[in-house]
This record gives sequence, structure tokens and C-alpha cells, in this order.
Amino acid sequence: MKITRVRVASQAFFLLLFLFFAFVTQFSYLKGYPVSIFLEADPLVALATTITTHSLYRGLLWSLILIVPTLLLGRIFCGWICPYGTLHQFIAWLGTGMNTKRRLDANRYRSYFSTKYYILAAMAVAAIFGSLQIGWLDPIPMLARSLTVAVWPAIDSATGLIFMRPYVFQFSWVVGFILFGLLAMNVVIPRFFCRTLCPLGATLGILSRFSLWRIDRDHEKCTDCDLCKNFCEGASDPHLDLRKSECMVCMSCIEDCPEDALSFSFLPSPAREIREPDLARRKLIFSSLTGLLFIPFTRRSGAETTNFSKKVVRPPGSVAEPEFLERCIKCDQCLRVCPTNTLQPTMLEAGIQGIWTPIMNMRTGYCELNCTLCGQVCPTGAIQKISIAEKLGLGTYTEQGPVRVGTAFYDRGRCLPWAMDTPCVVCEEVCPVSPKAIYTRPKTVTDRYGEQVHLEQPHIDPMRCIGCGICEHECPVEDERAVRITAVGETRSKERRLLLDG
Amino acid sequence: MERREFIKRMGGAAAAVVGTTAGAALLHNRDVLSGPKHATLPSYAVDLAPADTQMSIVTGTDVPAMVAAGFAGMGGIGKFVQRDDVVLVKANVAFDRPPQLAATTRPEVLTAVVTACREAGARKVIVADNPINQPASSFFKSGIKKAAEDAGAEIVYPYPSEFEELYIGGETLTTTWPMFYGPFKQATKVIGVAPLKDHNLCHASMTMKNWYGLLGGGRNRFHQDIHGIISDFPHMMKPTLVVLDGTRVLTRNGPTGGSLSDVADGNTLVMGVDMVAVDAYGYDLLRRIRGVGPSTVDYLEQAHARGLGTRDWRGLNYKESRV
Repeated sequence: MKITRVRVASQAFFLLLFLFFAFVTQFSYLKGYPVSIFLEADPLVALATTITTHSLYRGLLWSLILIVPTLLLGRIFCGWICPYGTLHQFIAWLGTGMNTKRRLDANRYRSYFSTKYYILAAMAVAAIFGSLQIGWLDPIPMLARSLTVAVWPAIDSATGLIFMRPYVFQFSWVVGFILFGLLAMNVVIPRFFCRTLCPLGATLGILSRFSLWRIDRDHEKCTDCDLCKNFCEGASDPHLDLRKSECMVCMSCIEDCPEDALSFSFLPSPAREIREPDLARRKLIFSSLTGLLFIPFTRRSGAETTNFSKKVVRPPGSVAEPEFLERCIKCDQCLRVCPTNTLQPTMLEAGIQGIWTPIMNMRTGYCELNCTLCGQVCPTGAIQKISIAEKLGLGTYTEQGPVRVGTAFYDRGRCLPWAMDTPCVVCEEVCPVSPKAIYTRPKTVTDRYGEQVHLEQPHIDPMRCIGCGICEHECPVEDERAVRITAVGETRSKERRLLLDG
Repeated sequence: MERREFIKRMGGAAAAVVGTTAGAALLHNRDVLSGPKHATLPSYAVDLAPADTQMSIVTGTDVPAMVAAGFAGMGGIGKFVQRDDVVLVKANVAFDRPPQLAATTRPEVLTAVVTACREAGARKVIVADNPINQPASSFFKSGIKKAAEDAGAEIVYPYPSEFEELYIGGETLTTTWPMFYGPFKQATKVIGVAPLKDHNLCHASMTMKNWYGLLGGGRNRFHQDIHGIISDFPHMMKPTLVVLDGTRVLTRNGPTGGSLSDVADGNTLVMGVDMVAVDAYGYDLLRRIRGVGPSTVDYLEQAHARGLGTRDWRGLNYKESRV
């Protein structure tokens, strides 16, 4: 059997597995599948969160099953496993319509392909100073995010088959068009994203310098026909000295060589390879400086300290904001699994550092009381894996009390019983804690038409309120709700507490 | 230019002109803004003879036996469900809560009702509700999904495609409203199975309030006239039977509950064809258990005054039994 057939089968298997896990990350389908396994096995996620947090969280140890083979065999992840890479390769195969001549040109190495190393350098330096930004471009979180925020909702709007109550995500189109745009680039340069932008590919490219096996060309047999480039995924120049850091070990060159001059060899001569990425020192310094300057420039907006937004209501179990930004990889698994659609991909609410991290929007959903799914699927512990007992402050957690994500406040100028002599209190009805955090005081008024109206006017007991937001969600004042959750009072931050003894 | 080509080009241009003009004429001022057509609900009630029981009250602790005794008191399930019926059971699955918290229909009661319908020869039993919380997790955690499926019923979830504009023509809901109508397209009988619960705004949530769960759209607006909307339900819905589950009663902090200390044993199950009478009985029971509350609730009075049922349940043919 041809080795490339085996490779394509492997790629198809991992892409389908990824899509399967992404699809079943939804309450109705949960059966204990390891839905975050691709994110946990992602070496860049493991490395970058270890840099930011100095610790390897839970399932991130799985990354070793990709790092070790890379150290021995090179970037087999890119060529054989990566679902995002497979998707790009598939689009390139479908849509280029290139003839062999065009392909040989499209698949030669270009100096701008080293951009990914500079991107990685900037992200790594930012990570050293506590800002995890790999999620912008790391293909695994990126594909997970694209599916959650853009692809599944788009499929649902066409078929109505995915959500029982249709999900909405703010700025879905941004995520959608980034995915579409990058996939479309395959028409110009096959695997443009992988070759040029992918920081995970760059990481693996650096690691592959140690690999014991690589593609090797037999100079005696080679006739310099260049056909080895015909389907070269990595544009690693197998017709010259192999660029080891670029080779995705797709093995196409071995098959395409009419002279059998290429092989995957153990310990070939180091003289005929370019072992390290093609990097310019000045570019490296400037890209590192970009990562360094990112820290003061973005942090001076104070988005995670004194100037934090009231809208940054993080899911229950989230660590404090500075630590959150060290951990969140913007994969949006939590958005996918959230049963109510309250979690939204942040745009600028949490500052530029926090883009695509989860925040709760109580108009699109609310936090379900007996649910901690977001923390179960979070691969990096930005949202900690907590139990229902811990979330609700039951049993051994009675002392520390429930996890509060924020606090509800009434807007008495918009609330029907407060402002308009009209009975309502849906908010009290749905308040899920016992005793309810919303209580009412009766008031009888004579309205302007002389009718006696009995009203129940709602109040918040901040000791009971956990900020779940179902009151805001169910409030009939549809646009700007008469009761709203803001971040203050959240358990995760000592600075943002509200009550002296809360 | 050849004649053939001349004709072809003239013809093409003429067809384009005529086509465009005809299209414009067809679409001009077409009425696309008038609301959609609306559905109506038929009566699902069965005709009872004057001597038949209208309400059956059972006390006890063995839930399946109580349901069986309830049906026996009504003269047997066979009076209400026949061979080949499709029975829609409207349970209360409003919240994502375990059944012990009594915020939702007790699964054992649902199982017994579904089983009875199946045994009476029903071709299909459907269990449906449009929960306040997320539907899949509400059905799952309330134990209703398992109870329904184990007893051989099918669950219909409130997908957007299941909703249709329904004409109600009541006093609060005067015109039409989006309603979870899908299951009614196949149903030939409708049974409401509701728990007896405290309710912050209307004092008690029982078999009448249970139909609220069929509403879609901005149903939270109805709290502005909660008694009006609840008293519209016996106008909107003529069920085959209603079952009030007072075996376990949410006595305070309703309708959500959330603590076992909010729940008390009621040891009572009531069935009947007049939901106003059943709820009047239920409200007295709730008031007796919790020891406080007004002597009646507005929606019962309003429904009674509108002739949609009677709050004086003692005036009906009722049977009491103990198991």
C-alpha cells in the first residue's frame, strides 16, 4: 500500500475525530467523551501555558504524545494529524486547478514562510510576561473556536438541526471570515496558513531539529526533475538540501520521485540538510520586542485592573483575571458546551489581550445553577474544574460559600413595578437559589387613572445573589434589562468583592 | 444580418422586457406584512354521563397505586383513552432540577400515567414541555426523560419548528400567541400532569398554570396580569384529563424551590376533568400544608366567574379513596 494513502487515511481519521468531538461537546450528546483531547495534546498549548503559569495543567500532559514523536520523526503532526492542516490540504486539493508547472512553483520555499517563527517569538515573549496570546493562531484552538462560533451556528441556521434553541455569538462573522479567508488562500499558495502563520507548526519546526529520521535525497539517482515538489505540503525543498524545520513528513516526494531517489532515512548525513529555520537576527529581535511591548501597551488600558469592564463576567470557576489571561487559549470549548448560550466570545470588553475569551451575556443566556460543564471541558484551567457542591457552596464548601460570578442590580427607572405601576417580578420567580436572592416588598399605589394597584417591588439580597443572571435573562424589558448583572462581587477576585463579609 | 438571427435577438430582448415587467407587476404591493395564519385547538374532552365521576381524590404514599386508584375512581382510564389514541401528556419540566426538589412533575407519577395510557391501547404517548431552563438538561435532570422513555413515551422537545401562532381569544390573551403546537398536530387526547407548587406571584402553580409551559415568544410579559392569563387557560385548553400531583409539595420559594427544606409530603393525588375544581382542591391542600396564605386566589375566582369551571369542587361528582 502506498504510504501516502496511509497518511490520507490518518488525516481523515483525525479530522473526523476532531469534528466528532467538537460536535458532541453539547449537553444532549455528552457521554464522557474526551472532547478536549486535541486541545490537551496540543504541544504549543502545553508549552505556552507552562511558560505563563509555571505548571502543566491536568490533561496537558497528553502533549507528550505529540512532542516525543516530533523529536524523533519531525513534524508528523502537521502532515498526518492536524485537523486544521488537513482541512487546508483538502481545500487545496479541491480547489486549486493548478497544473504541474504552477504547482512546482507554488510548492517551493519562500522566505516569507519564516513569518511563523517571528509570530511564535512575539507570542512566546508575551507569554513570559503573563499574557497568553497563542490562541489567536494556534490551529487547534482556532479550529475549535471557528466551529463553535461560526460553523455550527451557520449549519444550524440552514438546517435547524443543531440547537434546540438557536445560539447566537457576537461577531460570529469575524471568526467565520477569518476561517473562510485562510482556507481560500489555498487557491493561491497551498497550505498558506500552515507554511506562513502557524505558531504550532513553528514550534514543531524548532523541535524537529533533533529528529533522527528525515527525508533524504540520493544525489546519485536524482535527475533534478523537481517533481518531488509536486505535492510537497511543507514547501521544504526536497529537491535541494531539505529544510528540516519545514518538512511535514507527508511523504509525497518519495512517491512522486520517478527515480526512487528519495527516502525517509534514519540518521542521514547532516551535510545535506538545513536543520534550523531560516531566521534573521534583526527580525527576531523586533518580533520579540513586539511581544515585549504588547505587555505595557495593552496593560496600560487597565482592563484587568482598575479599569475593568463591568461586562467581563467570567464563567463560574474562573480564576482571577490576570491568571485567567495566563491560561485562556480562546478555544471557546466553554461556549460550545454551555447549555444556555450565555457565554460569548469577547471582542474588546476584556481588552485586546482578552479577545475571544468567554464572557457571560445574560441576554443570550444565563448561568444554569446545576451546571459546571464549562470547567469540565476547559483544557487549561482558566475555568477550574469545580463540582456542583463547590459551585453552590454545599457540604464541605459551606464555609467558603457559593461561587459568585457577579451581582444583580435593579434599574428602578426601567423596572415595571418600580417605575410604571405595573406588576411583574418574573425575576423573583426564576431566581434559582433557596432562599431566593430576590425578595419583594408589597406596595399599593393609586395609579394616574385612580385605580388601586397592588405591586410587589423587587430587591436584591447581595448575600444570596450569585450573579447567575437568569433574572436579567427573563426580564421582559427586552433591550436594556431592568435588572442587570455586573462583574462586581465576583468570588474570583479579592479586589472586586462587594460586601465586607461576602 | 440573417433573418434568423434578427428574430432571435429581437425575441430575446422582448422576452427580457416582458419578463421583467411581468415580474414587477406580480410583486408590486404584494401583502407580505400581514401576520401568519393561525392554528386553533380543538376540545380534547370526552363526553361524560351525568352520573360519572368528575374528580377523583386519592391519599396515600404508594405513588403508582395512587395513580391507579385515581383512574379507578374516574371510572377507569378506558373512559378517557381508547385504542389507537395518540396521547399528549403535558408535564411540568420547567426547571433543570432533580425531582426531589419538587419543582417539576414527579417522574413516578408520569410513569404511571404513561403506562396506564399504553395499557388502555394508546398508539403513542408524547411527553412535551417548553421549559424555562435549557430543555435537554431540564428533561434529563428532572428525571422526566428517563421516566417517559422507560414507560414507552416519546419526548417532543421545543424546537423552533414546533411553534405556531395559535388563536386563543381569551380575556388577557385576546388574539394569537406563538405556541408549542407541534405535538398537538398528532394528539387525539391531552392529559396535563402538574405538581402542586408554591408560586411567588400567583400563590400556587397547579394544573391550570401548567399550560403556561406551552407558550412561546415573550411569555414573561404575562406576569403583568398573571391571574388573567391563568384564567384564560381553561378557555384555551379543553384537556381530556388533568392530574394534580400533591404527593410531594413545594411549599415555599416557588416555583423554583432549590432546597429539600422547601418540600413537604402532601400524600395526595387529584384527577379530574375540571381543572378549576382540581386546582381549588389543590390550593386548599397547599394552604393547609403551609399554614398561611389568602383563602382563595384570583385566577380561580376569575375562571369560576367566567364559567370555565367551578371552584366549588364539592358540588361535583367526586370520589375519595385511600391506598
